Amino acid sequence: MTVVVRTVARVLFPVALVFGGYVIMHGHLTPGGGFQGGAVAASALAMVLVAFGAGRLKDKKGLLSALESLGGTAFVVLGFLGLGLTYFANVLAGSYGLFGRPVPYGPNPGDLNTAGTLPLMNWAVGFKVLAGLGAAVLLFALFGGEDDR
Amino acid sequence: MTLWASLLTMSLAMTVLAGLLAVVLRDLLAAALALGAQGLFLSLAFYLLQAPDVAIAQAGIGAALTTAIFLLAIRRTRRKEEE
Repeated sequence: MTVVVRTVARVLFPVALVFGGYVIMHGHLTPGGGFQGGAVAASALAMVLVAFGAGRLKDKKGLLSALESLGGTAFVVLGFLGLGLTYFANVLAGSYGLFGRPVPYGPNPGDLNTAGTLPLMNWAVGFKVLAGLGAAVLLFALFGGEDDR
Repeated sequence: MTLWASLLTMSLAMTVLAGLLAVVLRDLLAAALALGAQGLFLSLAFYLLQAPDVAIAQAGIGAALTTAIFLLAIRRTRRKEEE
């Protein structure tokens, strides 16, 4: 691609990645969540792939595959954590530990340290969606030939 | 008509217009970009209908990722559509 596209992609890639992380991190407070944040981060990856070609990211397929497996496994393990009650029971909510503070009443700016296992599940889904969509676009970009136009 | 209604009407009309452009255009690169614009206007309509969740997903998947996939596909094939 042209130098304009490359420069804009170089500037916007960390911004889009951080915004995806923000959407995942605040998934239990604001609109968005694991899937939406992962899609935003994967679109940052797709922008880099379109601007620079797939040549530099050719050996990252294993990393993306491992990240996707990690996300899926973490989601299932977090579901099994609540097996003393039911599958997906929220054992961390209200425990005053990790993400364990009780939700404040009334209008409030939002407490990030609430909701128990839900933020962790959001991160798991976010990594899985980022790795899955990123691997799909990367394989699409790698298909047929090595030219870097 | 309120500001909200006029904005919603405008975004829906632009969605239809961009979709028609994506069908009509012979240059496949321009057609892919029109499809991306259609996704962006559709996400604006979702936001105005108070579904910001769906709007983020539509902007990420519909506007960005499908456009990137189409651009990568056009890079591997021809740019002009044949009769």
